[in-house]
Amino acid sequence: MAEKAVILVGGGTRGTRFRPLSLDIPKVLFPVAGKPMLSHILVAISKVSTVKEVLLIGFFDDYVFRDFLADASSEFTQFSVKYLREYTALGTAGGMYHFRDVVLRNDPKKFFVIHADICCSFPLLEIQELAAEKQAGAVIMGTRVPYDDVRNFGAIVADEKGAVVHYVQNPESRISNLINGGIYLFDSSIFDVIREAQKEKFEKSYEEPVSPNPDDNKQILTLEQDILGRLAEHGSLYVYETKAFWRQIKAAGAAVAANKLYLQSMYQRDPSCLTSGDNIVPPVYVDPTAFVDPTAKIGPYVSIGPRSRVGPGARVKNAIVLEDCEIKRDSCTLNAILARGTRVGAWARVEGTPIPDDSHDTTVVMNGLKVQATTILSTDVTVGDEVRVCNCVVLPHKEIKVDVNNEVIM
Amino acid sequence: MKGLILVGGYGTRLRPLTLTVPKPLVEFGNRPMILHQVEALAAAGVTDIVLAVNYRPEVMVATLKKYEEEYGVKIEFSVETEPLGTAGPLKLAEDILKKDDTPFFVLNSDVICEYPFKQLADFHKAHGGAGTIVATKVEEPSKYGVVVTTPDGTGLIDRFVEKPVEFVGNRINAGIYILNPSVIDLIELRPTSIEKETFPKLVQNKSLYSFDLEGFWMDVGQPKDFLSGTCLYLSSLTRKNSNLLCSPNEPYVVGGNVMVDPSAKIGKNCRIGPNVTIGPNVVIGDGVRLQRSVLLDGSRIKDHAWVKSAIVGWNSTVGRWARIENVTVLGDDVSVSDEVYINGGSVLPHKTISSNIEMPSIIM
Repeated sequence: MAEKAVILVGGGTRGTRFRPLSLDIPKVLFPVAGKPMLSHILVAISKVSTVKEVLLIGFFDDYVFRDFLADASSEFTQFSVKYLREYTALGTAGGMYHFRDVVLRNDPKKFFVIHADICCSFPLLEIQELAAEKQAGAVIMGTRVPYDDVRNFGAIVADEKGAVVHYVQNPESRISNLINGGIYLFDSSIFDVIREAQKEKFEKSYEEPVSPNPDDNKQILTLEQDILGRLAEHGSLYVYETKAFWRQIKAAGAAVAANKLYLQSMYQRDPSCLTSGDNIVPPVYVDPTAFVDPTAKIGPYVSIGPRSRVGPGARVKNAIVLEDCEIKRDSCTLNAILARGTRVGAWARVEGTPIPDDSHDTTVVMNGLKVQATTILSTDVTVGDEVRVCNCVVLPHKEIKVDVNNEVIM
Repeated sequence: MKGLILVGGYGTRLRPLTLTVPKPLVEFGNRPMILHQVEALAAAGVTDIVLAVNYRPEVMVATLKKYEEEYGVKIEFSVETEPLGTAGPLKLAEDILKKDDTPFFVLNSDVICEYPFKQLADFHKAHGGAGTIVATKVEEPSKYGVVVTTPDGTGLIDRFVEKPVEFVGNRINAGIYILNPSVIDLIELRPTSIEKETFPKLVQNKSLYSFDLEGFWMDVGQPKDFLSGTCLYLSSLTRKNSNLLCSPNEPYVVGGNVMVDPSAKIGKNCRIGPNVTIGPNVVIGDGVRLQRSVLLDGSRIKDHAWVKSAIVGWNSTVGRWARIENVTVLGDDVSVSDEVYINGGSVLPHKTISSNIEMPSIIM
């Protein structure tokens, strides 16, 4: 039985692909379907009653998580939530290893390790059952993606019993389309494997010239590059294949896909936790402090944050609207993210290209240019009346007065 | 007096509209283009009108029959078996144009302006020459043939300069003439150009004069110019305080120059103008924004749509929160789905558009 969970939250110098939204807020605290990505993970962990402690490991400043931790400790009484700050980026395995004493305090039999940038159904109980059934020391959650997308992930080759026989990160060949879903269940022996890997890497570093790139620092150890392949060789790693939804949230545009998937799943489980109304096409989440004019048509797949206002006859579809936004009358917002305090003028049109449900790519080719499919308006951006903004990423505090297409606006 | 209107062929430049309705019957300012011309000719005392056409659609015959009675004029079709250019049709209609000694008007059916036929006829009689062409000022004369008159101020034309590289003047042939019947004797019955072959002969004889056009002028033979011409026409109506326009005090009018047929219905909280014509039986929903557009008979703009620089064809529908712009032309019975964006689409009749058209293109 798992007694702890470790969530790998990354740091400010990582996750740059989530810019410009991560300029204001760490990616893992970005709200999708009405709450921060991290909260969705905590909700899932709270379904595993044996978990008494959740550890966030990353290299953000402490103050970044202060409010979040305060909110979490009042919302979740079953477990405590602590933030452990790496002194420098140590890699996903390196960070865990650095804090191994904290992780192993009170001698947990098992613990979950979860990448914070994934969106899925978090089938933690099922993973635990599989571990018990197989007597597995380690379990990885796998998911199937189209073969063309495999090279962006880690590929898992498993035998018919679910034992992982081979693991390769970012394969160039079509070795397997079962990929690493970013959730693991480990026991304390994982630290022996990390120690072994570290020792080997340390020795190797004497043989190889010192790299000028600090990212090649010998201290950096990642689960994906350094550990999982080794575990597979040991024969102690099993895979649990999830058939439910799964997305990695790398680029900012992927937040729209995550928003859709979470809203869909929340709606299927309990429609009453979401917003309903005559002009609401579910699933839609509207914060209780937001105001939506009854003549505005909202949804599907829309989240509207605190204190935001949507005017008469406005249309919002497949979009995340954060707090304190103003969407004026008769405007149209499609496939877009509106960060805090953005304003959309009357009859304006803020539009991205819809990403197909089966695609893990958040870009689209327009006039031969690869651009972000989702239109992103960062904090305090204003779009004038009747202006159209299409497939654009707009950095904070800009005012858009003329139509723009397929651009990043600095 | 008599008049000849050069209608020509299939009006391909004004497709997709002319796939459904012959060009002279396409509504400009809510009335068929040719009606503006027939009315102005009748008002100037013309009793016989010849339509020089390459083909004669039945619908046109029937419509013009109606106008014959309404305006007390005789309208005849002169059908070319092969295209005869701009001069040949005059020869073909010789019998009518030469039936008496009075001069006759010639006008290009694509040209829209405040037809000054009365003043033109007076000027023509006063100078005594064989022909008078109407000249209009343009900003870029280098793209046209420029009319150069003698310095004596009589309006006598000295020469034509085709696409001048140096500035020689800014008045060009506006495509409207008044000619004495004798001019027809200079034309042979073959494909021939009045501008290139007939007029130079008159200039040589010091018998061709130029008449300055007041006000606006536009060749509205293609959609972009059709919209520009509509703006000019509506502005001229505003200057004349015409009751054909909507009162600027209507709550939905912004910027003026808005013409609404009485049978059209307009929803709440719309913002319409400047430069919009709304045809008969058009239905406009709530919160609609319209500018610089022509909505033809029976078209429908649903709630919250945004339409700019567009011609919405007969019985077409623009969906809720749709946005169409940049000289988008919807043919007859086109349907644009909700939330769709069209940038400069030219959509053939009976199509449904359900995904965005990002770049100007023709939708077959």
